[in-house]
Amino acid sequence: MTDAALPNAAANLRQVVEARLKKRHAQEMRFRLYGRMAIIVALSFLALLLGRIVTQGYSTFIDYQIAVPVHLDASRIDKADPTGANYDLLVAESVLAKLGEKDDEFGEKSGKVMEIMSNDLGFQLLKMVREDPTLIGKTITVTGPVKSDAALYFKGQIKRSTPQDSRKLDDQQLDWMDKLKASGAVTSGFNVSFLTNSDSTEPEQAGVLGAIVGSAMMLLVTACLAVPIGVLAATYLEEFAPKNRWTDIIEVNINNLAAVPSIVYGLLGLAVFINWLAVPRSSPLLGGMVLALMALPTIIIATRSALKAVPPSIREAALGVGASRTQTVFHHVLPLAMPGVMTGAILSLAHALGETAPLLMIGMISFVPGVPEGFTGAATVLPVQVFIWENASERGFHERTAAAIIVLLVFMIVMNLAAILVRRRFERRW
Amino acid sequence: MPSQRDDAMAHDTASAPVHIAVDRAHASQPAGAIKIRARDVNVFYGDKQALFDVSLDVPENSVTALIGPSGCGKSTFLRSINRMNDTIAGCKVVGRIELDGEDVNDRSIDPVVLRARVGMVFQKPNPFPKTIFENVAYGPRIHGIATGKAELEAIVESSLKRAGLWAEVADRLHQPGTGLSGGQQQRLVIARAIAVSPEVILMDEPCSALDPIATARIEELIDELRNQYCIVIVTHSMAQAARVSQKTAFFHLGKLVEAGPTGEIFTNPRDSRTQDYITGRFG
Repeated sequence: MTDAALPNAAANLRQVVEARLKKRHAQEMRFRLYGRMAIIVALSFLALLLGRIVTQGYSTFIDYQIAVPVHLDASRIDKADPTGANYDLLVAESVLAKLGEKDDEFGEKSGKVMEIMSNDLGFQLLKMVREDPTLIGKTITVTGPVKSDAALYFKGQIKRSTPQDSRKLDDQQLDWMDKLKASGAVTSGFNVSFLTNSDSTEPEQAGVLGAIVGSAMMLLVTACLAVPIGVLAATYLEEFAPKNRWTDIIEVNINNLAAVPSIVYGLLGLAVFINWLAVPRSSPLLGGMVLALMALPTIIIATRSALKAVPPSIREAALGVGASRTQTVFHHVLPLAMPGVMTGAILSLAHALGETAPLLMIGMISFVPGVPEGFTGAATVLPVQVFIWENASERGFHERTAAAIIVLLVFMIVMNLAAILVRRRFERRW
Repeated sequence: MPSQRDDAMAHDTASAPVHIAVDRAHASQPAGAIKIRARDVNVFYGDKQALFDVSLDVPENSVTALIGPSGCGKSTFLRSINRMNDTIAGCKVVGRIELDGEDVNDRSIDPVVLRARVGMVFQKPNPFPKTIFENVAYGPRIHGIATGKAELEAIVESSLKRAGLWAEVADRLHQPGTGLSGGQQQRLVIARAIAVSPEVILMDEPCSALDPIATARIEELIDELRNQYCIVIVTHSMAQAARVSQKTAFFHLGKLVEAGPTGEIFTNPRDSRTQDYITGRFG
């Protein structure tokens, strides 16, 4: 009887299992589908973000330069005081001459030309004359950018189809520009000045060099402070400190500090570094110190986990031949943990590079038209530059905002790649 | 008479299953003075006691094997000799372990110096992920034993020779030690221990991660080394204990059950637990 009952039971069992199996497979398929959908959503957001930035910003890297021969009329430039002459007007008249037109008596036409030519041309003339006064009386060709609105017309962002009242340039100016371009006076090329200039009130002359140098100096300060302090603190906590309630409390606090909003570090910097230690405001030194505070917990956590990953057999080996604990750590354990430490450090520095909020708090939001003069001079940094330009009213700055973001992203990608390479290159297996 | 034969029979059947060929020469009374003298050693891991009143004498220039089932405390005892237990949080050693009459736990003894005098070889070969040369040179370098590069090179060479590895690595001293085979790595580790001229070498299951050929090689090496060093070896293999050691100590549940000349322990154990263990009835 039992013999007969068993196969039956087995058949039933198989049916039950198979019925469930369908459910289980369906469940798995569903889960995979959800996973794929999540990835597609995430990727499309990323693509949207990057696509928008690139389409908005790429045009910054093209600029339109005009070359005009200007006659430096000796009757209009005082040899004794060349600074007093109106070079912008000279440039405007030369452009008009090139267009085959003459300025009217009210200077209305030259005024309109000045609206499409950057005042950089005038500055260049002034500089040349100041360096070499013998140029006065001669005709020299000066090359410089057109005004950002004019460039936007060339780039198709200001359209002729827009009614004249609702655009910045009138039909006559547009006609002139078409003519200049057709004659070959205006040429387009890669915008080098965006990478070699610092911030400016004129969008066509504004560049990111000051911000790049500021960011680099600030990161240097951050790295010099946060990496040694963080690595040593982590090494002490992991390898030397007794494991008791105090070190537990410290560990919990370090983990919590990593999650503190960055603006709080800005407040701390304001209170301690500026008010108490009197570090110069909006300097790379101050920014670096604040960001070092912010990067410390991350570096400590990364270093501790890298140290934990070093197998205990290495410690035993070193102790076994009579190395002291310090020798064990500094000759063997820390060097083996170094790839992990460096990866963590680079990633937290990359994070610091993109940080904005604490820097606004310590007054780094100022117009700095130049490369910072040393670590205590006023400086601006890339993310803050983005913030400043985004708030500017001229359209040309909006284009530059996106371009500055591209520059920032490139630096981020370079740093992350460095982290990956360091890990790949020095990774060890036991 | 029949009872005597019964005894003999019992003895034969008892020792037969493990196929131990005890080397009679080794089994003779171990010569030499007492190098390590342990008295009433108790070791605690936190609240848990791992060793109970262990007293053992380890003779000079011979191999002493510590055997026993897993968790019996033999490794704990071994690690107490060079104070490796100091590195384990919550571990406390009570009692006296003397090395040449000096208490190793005395305040005046620096564990760094102690560990130079008492070298250690671990279960898993653990060469530093550096070159073969650097592995061996590390100890002499940190202790300042060698005064010049030539002297250091001489120490490395002689250590590798004594560890029987020189012929295999002489032409690749500057390649990573981790690239060697398991058995070679273990001999490299032994060379590293020898390089600081220790008096005692502790070996914690040195062959458990090796294949039989590499094991045989290490055992030969141990046999050669015992002329110069006092060797204490923890092993799970009773055949190995019988092959390499002159004195054997049997641990069980944290207690030292029995210690004596290897031949006696394996052929005529006094304690029934030893008998059961070596005949494979438990452990």
